[in-house]
This record gives sequence, structure tokens and C-alpha cells, in this order.
Amino acid sequence: MLQGIFQIALTLILVIALTPILGQYLARVFLQEKTWLDPILEPIERRVYRWIGLRDSEEMTGRQYTQAVLVSNLAMGLLVFTIIIAQPFLPFNPTGLGNVRWDTALHTTISFLTNTDQQHYSGETTLSYSSQVFALGFLLFTSAATGLAVGIAFIRGLTGRSLGNFYRDLVLAITRVLLPLSLVGAMVLIIAGVPETLAGVATATTLEGANQAIARGPIAHFEIIKQLGENGGGFFGANSAHPFENPNGLTNLVETIAMVVIPSALIYTYGLFAKNLRQAWYVYGIVLALFIPLVALTAWGEFQGNSQVNALLGSAAANLEGKEVRFGWAQTALWSILTTATMCGAVNGMHDSLMPPGGFSTLLNLFLQIVWGGQGTGTAFLFVYLILAVFLTGLMVGRTPEFLGRKIEKPEIVLASIILLIHPIAVLIPAAVTLAFPETLAGISNPGFHGISQVIYEYASASANNGSGFEGLGDGTVWWNLSACFSLLVGRYVPIVALLLLADGMAHKQPVPLTTGTLRTDTGLFTSITGVIILILGVLTFFPVLALGPIAEGFQLAHL
Amino acid sequence: MGSLSHSQPRSPSHQPRQQRKHTPKAKTQGLYQRAIKQAFIKLDPRVQVKNPVMFLVWVGTIVTALVTINPNLLGNATDKNPQLFNGLITLILLFTVLFANFAEAVAEGRGKAQADALRSTKTDAIARKLLPDGTVQEISSTDLRRGDLVKVIAGDVIPADGEVIQGVASVDESAITGESAPVLKQPGTDIASSVTGGTRILSDELVIRVMADPGKGFIDRMIALVEGAERTKTPNEIALTVLLAVLTQVFLIVIATMPPIANYVNSPVSVAVLISLLVALIPTTIGGLLSAIGIAGMDRVAQFNVIATSGRAVEACGDVNTLVLDKTGTITLGNRLAEEFIPVNGHTIPEVAQVALAASVFDETPEGKSIVRLAETYGVASFFNLDQAEGVEFSARTRMSGTDVADGTEFRKGAVDAIKGFIRSRQGEIPVELDHAFEKVSRLGGTPLAVCQNQEIYGVIYLKDIIKPGIRERFDQLRRMGIRTVMLTGDNRITASVIAQEAGVDDFIAEATPEDKIEVIRSEQAKGKLVAMTGDGTNDAPALAQANVGVAMNSGTQAAKEAANMVDLDSDPTKLIDIVTIGKQLLITRGALTTFSIANDIAKYFAIIPAIFAQAGIGSLNIMGLASAQSAVLSALIYNALIIPALVPLALKGVKFRPLTADQLLARNILIYGLGGVVAPFIAIKLLDNFVAAIGLA
Repeated sequence: MLQGIFQIALTLILVIALTPILGQYLARVFLQEKTWLDPILEPIERRVYRWIGLRDSEEMTGRQYTQAVLVSNLAMGLLVFTIIIAQPFLPFNPTGLGNVRWDTALHTTISFLTNTDQQHYSGETTLSYSSQVFALGFLLFTSAATGLAVGIAFIRGLTGRSLGNFYRDLVLAITRVLLPLSLVGAMVLIIAGVPETLAGVATATTLEGANQAIARGPIAHFEIIKQLGENGGGFFGANSAHPFENPNGLTNLVETIAMVVIPSALIYTYGLFAKNLRQAWYVYGIVLALFIPLVALTAWGEFQGNSQVNALLGSAAANLEGKEVRFGWAQTALWSILTTATMCGAVNGMHDSLMPPGGFSTLLNLFLQIVWGGQGTGTAFLFVYLILAVFLTGLMVGRTPEFLGRKIEKPEIVLASIILLIHPIAVLIPAAVTLAFPETLAGISNPGFHGISQVIYEYASASANNGSGFEGLGDGTVWWNLSACFSLLVGRYVPIVALLLLADGMAHKQPVPLTTGTLRTDTGLFTSITGVIILILGVLTFFPVLALGPIAEGFQLAHL
Repeated sequence: MGSLSHSQPRSPSHQPRQQRKHTPKAKTQGLYQRAIKQAFIKLDPRVQVKNPVMFLVWVGTIVTALVTINPNLLGNATDKNPQLFNGLITLILLFTVLFANFAEAVAEGRGKAQADALRSTKTDAIARKLLPDGTVQEISSTDLRRGDLVKVIAGDVIPADGEVIQGVASVDESAITGESAPVLKQPGTDIASSVTGGTRILSDELVIRVMADPGKGFIDRMIALVEGAERTKTPNEIALTVLLAVLTQVFLIVIATMPPIANYVNSPVSVAVLISLLVALIPTTIGGLLSAIGIAGMDRVAQFNVIATSGRAVEACGDVNTLVLDKTGTITLGNRLAEEFIPVNGHTIPEVAQVALAASVFDETPEGKSIVRLAETYGVASFFNLDQAEGVEFSARTRMSGTDVADGTEFRKGAVDAIKGFIRSRQGEIPVELDHAFEKVSRLGGTPLAVCQNQEIYGVIYLKDIIKPGIRERFDQLRRMGIRTVMLTGDNRITASVIAQEAGVDDFIAEATPEDKIEVIRSEQAKGKLVAMTGDGTNDAPALAQANVGVAMNSGTQAAKEAANMVDLDSDPTKLIDIVTIGKQLLITRGALTTFSIANDIAKYFAIIPAIFAQAGIGSLNIMGLASAQSAVLSALIYNALIIPALVPLALKGVKFRPLTADQLLARNILIYGLGGVVAPFIAIKLLDNFVAAIGLA
């Protein structure tokens, strides 16, 4: 018990300690201030800019920035789809893997393009090294960089700056943030025992004398960007539970921190952009105040174990079903909550096997999308909620609500509302259709309340661009692939467009000076109110499915 | 620019607020009967569709009515005794819609009553239109057009808003201002030359140029606004409506997707219960009261005897950062009185009195008259024939007035530096003592007026300024609300600073010209601030138009009134502060009820969800211990319906505004409406459940 709590606490302390350091670095990079990497990277970046025909000073309007995001993502998607479809004809395919089904290829492309990395296939038996490295590996960087760029553009707009240039932000996100951090992280992983090789399957003779084929490949670099970019798409089907992806406690610690370090730092970066670190820490406080209870709830659930099993065995064991013994209940609980909180989606255990409190907590993370949230977009969503909170409560001080000195008016509310509205549409509607035809469409392994959790989780994970699965679904079908594609696309691009237009609108408003009549948004009171509003808006929307899923299951287990 | 001058008339005398009579009392008997009737008339779907939240409730009512008639119409009825249960739900939903209609109807009714009272003053008078050839044609006042000339004689009702171009007469304006004292109207005098349609001329006769087409006059505008006929939604209201519509859509999706999910775990939910849950969750409380709040806000402004040209203007008042106030009439009592003569240049007091009198004989302002009165106490009298002399009127540019006598003697009184300039232009000497006298008066917070005869300075008149009682406290309140006050005055710097300090304003502009006024507004606006100001003179018009909130005095000129977005019928510049409060109150009421409405959802969820999914084994979530699933649904719905009429008084009266800082206000209101909104329904639903179970409804 104590050891588990220590493991969780240590990880969190390291994350919080890294936040200001990386946050400051991100601010320097995107405010285009001097950093010590300039002498090495500037010439490279300049070459890239020249190559893509970008003049350094081009600032984009909200519309142009949005257009750039959509067009570049479409181009990248087409490229990757082509590579996956053409896999049998491309090199680096030592195991000779064949055609990928069109709907699997489409779902995989969209899923990696949207930084979700939901996988309806097993990597090692479906995709060749070239598909993994050139197609998906490419998207691991660009999708994360797209999210980061949007997040930064949003912060710029909110703080009254022009949005910047998407292509420059995309390049900087890769060269200044993702590549250097990945390089360091991959080295650590290799030292800690993660393989990195282009050789094919290793064959081993087991003690019984049987031959066993052991899949391997260029894993270490894939693994670190998977975590750092909040992608989560594993090299192997078993994801970070696989001993080659995540062999030991040290790699687990590195990978856990890698998941959360950028979204965590981005809140601090906001503080520097807004010149209001106080508010940044308050917002950070909202996230921690939601995160810590969820970790505690999940850890408690796993530590208690399954009352039915324990009653049968006459034991008081923690729930270790679907967990790697080397990580135990604590690190698995922490990872499960972090991976759903940050929209990383990598798993080091089976979420299907989590006790109902864990199922509840992971689902809640996917519904709220702001407990750190996705790369770049999660931070932006946090501030969208802050804007909604300002609007709802701001009227109560008798002024037109304003955030950072800018009035919140109809266009802002419309755009924020779109973000609020799109998630239930992308989650509940396909889930309801699927559950209406459980035999023909769903392929659910566990009927009853758990089945509801499985289906809702799948779409929530897609729409929130998380990518983890509750699993237990026969999800490799055309229906699942296509319906998930709907949730993926709608959950990714509609909010991005709304965020960018919202930020652009805010950037062009005449700021109103601060007086004692202005509602201050950097106070404990206002921050607490925002937290409650997040819970009310987020939880009320999904309360019925939470009640019929994990909550009902929890009562069922307790009362059996 | 009377207000910047050292001398100005200000027609209706200022009474303390308590004594002021307001617009003819609106009749309120029968208001509620009429509102109840209106509540039914408003069931018309064409009316309902304008309010998306209530429209959805209305559609829900029809659906539940259908499943009351045939419980198996939309799938098998699963509730026990479905016809009674569905019938009860239908009834409660119908009442929810009716209550919301009633709230709006009461607000509109109060406005209408006020409008009727106003309209009764507007008789369809016969107007004597003056034709270009000088003949008079009798036509109906509704046929008058802007630019027409009309003649009114004693006893007539003035047929339209206009400007006096000929004649002097006293006019009874009590119909609109509540002031019983008649007001003198005459042409050219900036302030006193404008007349309002519906007022009555008591003596003599006037020729008036009509300034507004029929139906466009001030009373017409006021009627249209209080009736809600011309009510367009304000920006904040629009944004709030969007948010409420989105919340409604979110819950619509939640409810629409619920049947397949619930069926999957064999906990089917009937259509009537689904609709009940939907209605309970969507923000019906604020949705039902929103328009009533807006109408009541306009009504409150009208009760203060202020005509606003739009709801937008009232709302903008809440956002005002800076008030630009004239010293005279707002901060100090309008009339300064001559207190003392201070001689210089070796002259005696009676000599100064003599010259002061000579310079003031044509000055009809209270100040001018007070100088004459003070001079007469020294036994001096006019020593020239008034027919041989001519008055020199005060202007904001020269900042002096006086008398030119036919023999070429010029008497002047005015601001000290203006007189200095006058002396210099006449090659006169300026004695050093003048500055001492000037300073002495200024340090007392008084206004020094220098008097001279030709190029010879005689002395200084000490005009005493009296700061309005209680004004300091009001400025303190404003400061706490984050509103900056800037005092504009024609006084010199020393006087201005003494008065500014005594009154407690944040900033002042001394020796202000009309251009300064607009300059102050522009520079504040450039910093992103919203500026409110009052004005009455013709040269206030550009500043009134430039300000975000411009309040013109009814006694002011037509030009000022047209440039402003509000007109104060009482012509009380202090009222600007009250208008700001009304604007804030409007926003606070809206925000408070929205917060309350959304906070209510928590309790409603905890009442309904465990009840309807009891089969799924989540009965332990029934923390309120409600008697049965049906009683839980009914109690939540009854609460949802009753809370609307319960909050009508608050919506109409508005949340009481306290001059606190934003953070204090937020803490206070979130405690009452946020936390209260979470707790209240838990208690109320539990009590209703006891009642419903006790009478055996479910």
C-alpha cells in the first residue's frame, strides 16, 4: 500500500517539478526568444522554411491558420493512407505482411492523423516496418505538433497576440520540442533495455523445445514519441504492457512522465504568455484537484480488489487481473488515469479489467477532456471552460463578462458552445446506434453494464482523441472502423476550427482596462467556481451513461 | 454649454429624490387577471417558437398528452397506472409553460400599464399649423411633420416635440416630469427653448418648430419601449440565449440516445419519463424568465423617469468605466450665489458692487440675479438707462458676460483670466492684488469672477459653490464598483481642485471648453473604457454622441436630446449614477438566475436517474430517499414548474445591487444563487415527494 502511494507521489512530484522548466522553454520557443538550441537548429529550420516556401514573417489570420491545419492534415492523411495500402510493395517488410483492409487502413490513418492512435489491429501482425516507421511514425510527430501548434495559437490569440504561422509552429514544435525530447528519451529507454532494431522476428527455442517467434523492431524511438506526443499507438498490440515497449520500473517512470510533461508545461507556458503565472497555477490547481481524486479512487478500487474473487479465495488481494505484475496495482492505476487524462491512450494494463471505480474514472477523464487533456488542445479546452465560467458567473458582478480584458460576446459563446456540444454528439449518438443493434453491430464480449462501458469508452476515446480501448470489443469490423472514424474526425477538427476562430476573435478585441469592478479570473474563488462548472457541464451530460455503466456495475459487484 | 459656465439656468428645481413624483401612476389593478389571460394566449406555437427552451417544453407537453390518451402509442407502457401518471406529467408541463408565459405577461403588463398612463396624456389634439403665408390651418396633431411650424396658445396641449422659435410662455410639464411648477419657455436660450409633446401651455403663446414626426416623439418612444413592442434582444441576452439553446441541445442528445442504452441493460424508460427528465434538465427556469427580466429592466428605467432609446443602452450602463460629470448641478447645487465683493486697485466695496450690478443687469441667471441682490444690499442702483444699453451674453468661448452702454462704456464680469485678456486687449493695467483675491476665493472652493469697467479692474465677486449633500458617499460607492469619475468645470484649477477633493471625484478638468469634454471621452475610450456623460446644451451634442452612454436632460436642447441615447425627464444629472446601477442590476439578475437554473440540475438528476434506473441496481444513489420512481419524477417536475412563479418577483424587481467590488459581489451571489441553487431543490423536492406520496398520487 505505502509503496504504491510512494510510487504515485514520486511521479507526480517529478511532473510538477518539470512543469516550470519545460513551460518556460516552450514559451521561449514560441515567443521566438533566444534558446541555447538556436545555433544548431536555426540553420536547419531556415532550410526547411525555404524548402516549404515559408517567409519567416508571415502571420496568419484565424481563417488562414485553420485552412493551413486542415489542408496540411488532409495531405498527410492521403500520404499515409497510400503507404499503408501499398505496404506489400514497399521495403522494410521482413515478415512479408500482406494487404491491409481498406477500412482498417482508413481507420488507422485517421486515428493516427488525429493524434488518437486508436488501434483496431495488432501492430506486429498487420503493419510492416515501413508502415510503422514512415507512415505512422511520421504522424506520431506531425499530429502531436499540429495539436501543440493549435494550442499555442489559441494561447496567443487569448492573450491578444496574432495567431502566428501554422507552418512555422509545426516546424518549431517538431524541431524544438518533440525531436530533442524524443532523442533524449529514446536514449534513456535504450539504455534501460528497450530494443531498437530493423531485424525481423527473433526465433527462440523454449525450455520445452518448441520454437517461438518473438516480434521485435525499431521500438525505442517509436515508444518515446508515442508517449511524448500523447499518441499512444503501440508498436505491439499489447502496447506498453509489452515487455519490449516497457520492460521495467524505470522505463515505466520515464514513459509515465513523458505522457504528461508537455500538456502540464503548457499551462505554465500560458501563464508566461498572459504574464499571469498566478492564474496558470490556479488553473493547474483545477487539473490537480480533478486528477488526484480520480487516481485515488482508481488506486483504491484496484487495491481493494474484486470482492467476489476475494470472497471465493478467502484472500484480500489487490486486483491484478489484466495487469503486469512488474507494475502492480499502483503504477497501473496511475498510468490508466494519466493516459486517459492526457489523451495519450497508451496502456500498460487492460482497462477492461479495471474495477468499476477505475472504469468510472477513466471514462470521466475522456468525457471532461481537460484533466491536462490532449496535446495543445487540452489546455485550450481548459480555457474554453474558463471562458464559459466567466460568462455564466461574470454577469453576476453586473458587467458584460470579460476574460483577460476582452469581452465575451455572442461569437465567443457560439464557438465555445460548439466545443461543448460536439463531444456528446460524437460519443452518444454512435454509441446509441451500436447498442440498439447489439447482435449485428457491437460484438460485445461482456453484456450488461460492462458492455455499455465498453461501447461508450470506444467512442469517447475516439472523440476525445485518446485512443486507448476498454477492449473486449470485436472492433475490427467495417461498422466499428467507420463509426469510430466519424467520432475521430468530428472530435478532432470541429473543436480545432472553433478554437482557432475563437482565439482570432479574442485577439482582435479592444482590451478593457482592469478595475475593481472587473471580475478577476485569477482568484481561488473564481477557479473553484470554474472547477464546479466543469464538473456540472461535463458530468451532467454523461451522468446517465456513467450511471448505467460503471456505477451500476459497481453496485452490482457490491450487492452480489 | 450652460453647464460649463459660471452662470446658467436650470429649469425644474431639484427636489430630493423621495419627494419627486414619478410618471403618472400606472394602474395595476387587473394586472394579474390580464396576465393570466395572456399566459393562455401565448400558448400559440408561433409565440412559443421564439423561445427555444420553452418551445421544447411545449412540444413535450403535446407528446405526453398523446401518451396520456393512448399509453401504448410510442412503445409499450412500462409505468404502472400509465394514464394517470402521464396525465399528471402533461398537466405539470402545461403549467410550466403557462408559468413562463405568465412571467412574461406580468412584465409586459406592468409596462403596458405605464404606457397607457403615458398615452392618456397624449390627446389627439388639434394643432394650429402656420402656413408659409402666415395663415393658420387647423389640422390633427398626427398630421404634423418634422419642420412644420405650429402656434400654441394658453390652455393648449403642445402637439409635438419641438423648439420654441417665438414667444415666451409658461408650460406645465408635470405630465412627463411630475414637476408641478410651470417652466418658462422662450426661444434661443439653448435650454429653455425645447418643448415636449403632451405638455400643456399655461400662459401666453408660442410658435414652435416641430422636431419629430408623429409617433417618433419621446413619449412615443417611451411607450414603445415599456410595452416591449420594440424590444430587441441586447447583446448579452443574445449570447445567453445561445448558451441556453446549446445546453438544451446537449440534454436533448443525452435523452434521445438514452432509450437504446437503457434497453440494452433491460431498464426501459417510458416516453413520458424521458420527456420529464429532459424538461427537468434543460434550463427552463432562466429560459422562462429571461424575457421578463429584460422587460422589467426597461420598466425600471422608465420608472426612474428616464427614456432609453434601446435596451442596449441600458445594458451598456452596467459596463461603464468612467463617468464624465459636470460640476454644476451634478456635484454642486446648480445655483452659486454671490457671497462677497473683494475690491482691488484701491476701489471700495460699493464701487465694486456698482460695477458688478452694471455688468449683471441683463443677466437673467440665478447667479446674475444673486449678484444684483448682493449689490443692492450696498444701496447701489443702476446708473444708466437700460434702454440705452445692451446685454452681452455669456458664451463658453469668451467666458464672460456683461453690458455695453450706448456711450461706449463696457461692463464685464467673468472668469479672471478671461477678464485679464479683455483688459489687455483694451491696453489696461492688471494689478497684482487681483491674483491674491483670485487665490483667496479659489482656496475657499468658490468661484472668483472679476469685474471691470472698460480697461479698469474693480474687484472680484466671490461666488459660493455648495456641494450636494451625500454626493461624496456616492462617489465612494462608484469607486468600489470600479467606476472612475471625472469632473468637468469651467472653474479655475484651484477652485476645481478644492471642490474635486471635497466631493471625492477621481479626476477633474478645470477651465474646460466643450472641446475638452469630447477630448476626455475620446482619450478614455482609447484606453478601452466605456464612458457615460450627461449634457444639456447644443454644444454637448457631439460629446453625447461620442459617449457610450449619453444622458440628455429633458430641459436641454433638442440637439442634445437627439444625440443622446437616454433622456432624463427630471433633468437630474445625478441620476446617471442610478442608471448605472439599473444596468448592473439587469445583468446580475440574468446571471444569478442562470446560475441558479443550472445548479438546480444536480438535485434533479439525483432525484430522477436513480428512480428510473432502479432496476439497474443503482437505487443507493437515491440519496433523498424519495418514495417511488413515479413520485420522484413528479416531485422534480412540480419543483421545476413552481420555481418559475416563485422567482417572478425577483425577476421583476431585480437582484438587489450592492456597491461592492466584483470579487465581493461574485462571492455573495455565488453563495446565494450557486450554492443555494444546489441545495434548495434537494429540500424542495424531498418535501414535494412527501406530499405527493401522502396524497397517494404516486
